[in-house]
Amino acid sequence: MLAGAVLAVAAGMAPAADGTRPGDPKNGEAIYARCLACHALAYDRTGPRHCGLFGRRAGSVKDFGYSEAMKHSKIVWTEKTLDHFLANPLAAIPGTAMGYAGVTDAKERADLIIYLKQANRSPSCRK
Amino acid sequence: MSFLILANAPNALEARRAFLGNSGLLLSGAVVALLAGKDSLAAAGDPSTDSDVRILNTALGAELEAIAAYQVGAESGLLQKPVLSLAVTFQGHHKEHADLLSKTIAKLGGKAVTAKAKYTFPTETLKTQTDVLRFAATLEKGAVSAYLGAVPVFGNRDLAKAAASILGDEAMHWAILRNALGEIPVPSAFMS
Repeated sequence: MLAGAVLAVAAGMAPAADGTRPGDPKNGEAIYARCLACHALAYDRTGPRHCGLFGRRAGSVKDFGYSEAMKHSKIVWTEKTLDHFLANPLAAIPGTAMGYAGVTDAKERADLIIYLKQANRSPSCRK
Repeated sequence: MSFLILANAPNALEARRAFLGNSGLLLSGAVVALLAGKDSLAAAGDPSTDSDVRILNTALGAELEAIAAYQVGAESGLLQKPVLSLAVTFQGHHKEHADLLSKTIAKLGGKAVTAKAKYTFPTETLKTQTDVLRFAATLEKGAVSAYLGAVPVFGNRDLAKAAASILGDEAMHWAILRNALGEIPVPSAFMS
């Protein structure tokens, strides 16, 4: 079990937010395609950019037009807070502009989050 | 080149035109139903209606960006007919979506977002027709997922129905763009 976790981390994977399963960034990239009507990694669109997401206070990207609910949510984006939000955005932050039912599958959220973490270390986020 | 799949298949293109024409009729039907269903639309101030307006405004923002993206593609000089005509047709659909969403938001007592003065697109990566098609396909696939995620959370089921009608149109765009790229048009039985 522990050896498996070590191998997973070594392979660029990470434990799920609930600690039950390592995330798969390749699958996460495919899941991220669902977000591409509104989001991009490096620039703001209908939704804010995802570069710099981890550790960022929700609603704090400069000049982005957030909902009041997001601006006042006092959330700081971590694996845990992101996992909670993505499961059901409208329940997590009532009044959010992200009118989306969510990524209800915990495994898919783990994959998506580890992809976002990996993407945040990529050159496209380091510009 | 992959777009030759379109250029060399007149029968398929003809069928596609008829297909697109029919899809327009279906959307028009949803528009009429939505705008005629005045009694089913709640007044502004109702929490459920406020939530619906926010969802509609987010969708409208994405539609306005899609219109701008197709404009960039059409003006890039990279698209040749019949792909250029296809892009302009799809842009026209997004304009119809935006018009419907904007009118519906107003009807619900909300304030519709307007197009941004400037959009950011990855133009530095768009060097060929294939690049433009692939970028458009990415946006359309994302739009399908976005509407799929919005349909269940509308408080008003008429709005969910209208969103599902738009979803169907976006899915057709995505499939045809994939076909133009030489990819399997419909790669799976389900969307997510």
